[in-house]
Amino acid sequence: MAEILVLVEHTDGEVKKVTGELLTAAARLGAPSAVVVGPPGTAGKLRDVLAAHGAAKVYVAESDEVDTYLTAPAVGVLASLVDSVRPAAVLIAASPDGKEIAGKLAVRTGSGLLSEVVDLAADGTATHSVFGGSYLAKSRATTPVAVITVRPGAIDAAPTPGAAAEESVQVPAMDRARTAKIVERRSIEGGDRPELTEASVVVSGGRGVGSAENFAVVEKLADALGAAVGASRAAVDSGYYPHQFQVGQTGKTVSPQLYVALGISGAIQHRAGMQTSRTIIAVNKDSEAPIFEIADFGVVGDLFTIAPKLTEEVTKRKG
Amino acid sequence: MNIVVLIKQVPDTWSERRLGGSDHTLDRDSADAVLDEINERAVEEALKIKESGEGEVTVITMGPERATEAIRKALSMGADKAVHLSDPGLHGSCVVQTARALAAVIGTLGDVDLILAGNEATDGTVGAVPAMVAEVLGLPELTHARKLTVEGRTVTVERETDEAVTVLQADLPAVVSVHEKINDPRYPSFKGIMAAKKKPVTKLSLGELGLAPGEVGLAGATSTVIESTPRPPRAAGQVVTDDGDGAAKLAEYLIGQKLI
Ligand SMILES: Cc1cc2nc3c(=O)[nH]c(=O)nc-3n(C[C@H](O)[C@H](O)[C@H](O)COP(=O)(O)OP(=O)(O)OC[C@H]3O[C@@H](n4cnc5c(N)ncnc54)[C@H](O)[C@@H]3O)c2cc1C
Ligand SMILES: Nc1ncnc2c1ncn2[C@@H]1O[C@H](COP(=O)(O)O)[C@@H](O)[C@H]1O
Repeated sequence: MAEILVLVEHTDGEVKKVTGELLTAAARLGAPSAVVVGPPGTAGKLRDVLAAHGAAKVYVAESDEVDTYLTAPAVGVLASLVDSVRPAAVLIAASPDGKEIAGKLAVRTGSGLLSEVVDLAADGTATHSVFGGSYLAKSRATTPVAVITVRPGAIDAAPTPGAAAEESVQVPAMDRARTAKIVERRSIEGGDRPELTEASVVVSGGRGVGSAENFAVVEKLADALGAAVGASRAAVDSGYYPHQFQVGQTGKTVSPQLYVALGISGAIQHRAGMQTSRTIIAVNKDSEAPIFEIADFGVVGDLFTIAPKLTEEVTKRKG
Repeated sequence: MNIVVLIKQVPDTWSERRLGGSDHTLDRDSADAVLDEINERAVEEALKIKESGEGEVTVITMGPERATEAIRKALSMGADKAVHLSDPGLHGSCVVQTARALAAVIGTLGDVDLILAGNEATDGTVGAVPAMVAEVLGLPELTHARKLTVEGRTVTVERETDEAVTVLQADLPAVVSVHEKINDPRYPSFKGIMAAKKKPVTKLSLGELGLAPGEVGLAGATSTVIESTPRPPRAAGQVVTDDGDGAAKLAEYLIGQKLI
């Protein structure tokens, strides 16, 4: 059975959720091999989780240099593994870094790139959600190796034990003339709420929320529902909420069980990031707002009276 | 400073975008086509660098005949000249071929100091072409820039993604992709629109670029789309007007759906 390489995403010694999803997808195509790229001591902390998610092998590429460069170490490690292991596919999370690693790897190895896949079949056929979910398209690579980025949250992880046999591999030396150097890194704190792309409930606020302070109304409802907070681009542009929470065409694509839109008109570019949500709820004081065209349940009214009351109802129900 | 900006014409996000034809490529006639907004920001950033010193801004696009409209927009903002790679043989190119072709076009321009691009196109949302072009050219890439400074031969970028703001540094020549928070692009002035009409636009065919058929286009593509189906549009559900009981009705609905 061909090996399928999975690039492990990790922060602070923890495997990110998407990696479990990638290992599950990899098992459909062949034998999943996790690839850990990090500073010395990284893989040891990750191995148990990778084993629990079905990794048959764990390639360990550790070097002090890894944190000095953004994507180049991962590209170098994966390219040399593609050469030596001849996998049928390489699976990488469709995160900003993952997309670039995949693109560079595809160029370096002359492999087909299948981007932002939402499903993957055993024969290697990939499904993409195109134009904000208006289309589903299927594609295949025509090359011996397929480089595939998978959208976080699209495939459910199905943990199954794997041997997780470790094998160490070298991090190729970096060519400094060809590689940008990291001179400073400031982490953005995710906070205690679930991650936007992983959450099963998302509560978003738009320009109608009116100010950064008023976003507390959105956050309170989100916390009552155990939800992630999102925002429209107008809310982000007005400085009400940080860009990393933007939902839409140029922000995040989310597909939760429940999406709650507060004071969002429902412009086509916003819809592109949330219209595949299972259930959509909207509160808007304008009965003509286009968000009502796609909402399963809409309330025409003031978000400042409705959201707090709903928060209360939800809290009461939880007891 | 010799600056190149990679620009792409895309179906307007305001219009209904479709996939069409037996090869499931973009149905270019179905939607209005515009210069992708993120590329306006890349052009803006190039113009700012040019205006703070000296230099020349060349825009490059690979796309059908119609992409001249996007080129005109960039030229009317203030870019100096353009190169348009357009050839029927490009139809159905995959993203790896696109990156190689763009790199080949850049190669025709002599010494280039800085290559600017958008971080992600609104049509394909690959989010990797700038890094791929850098890979082909053997140059460093500094991507998702929300801030860009060039001092001497050093380029510094504040890269913003969800997890971190990373300050990246490299020597020129380099590839930089911009994030939507980097600037607000200028509107072309009347003078700019008039001037754009006289600016040079070089048309390149595959033959002139020295790319063989098969290096680009559907036949030699490293990936192909085999099927596409429109998703049924969402139907509008129930809408109630709040008379003091809006929240209660909402809660009832959520309970009915077992969502709370
Ligand atoms: C290339 C491109 C990419 C884009 N990408 C994105 C993207 O990723 N995400 C995105 O969101 N947008 C994006 N946009 C912008 C998009 O076109 C809209 O401008 C934006 O979504 C509007 O945000 P909004 O609904 O919050 O604001 P508005 O359209 O101004 O709507 C505010 C709504 O709030 C309602 N309201 C006001 N006060 C109250 C109240 N007290 N109670 C209840 N309702 C109230 C109003 O009736 C109105 O409907 C993009 C645009 C372009 C051109
Ligand atoms: N056909 C093209 N012609 C010129 N530039 C392109 C083309 N495709 C992608 N780009 C550039 O690469 C950026 C990112 O696109 P993508 O990686 O396709 O999401 C775009 O904003 C452009 O700057």
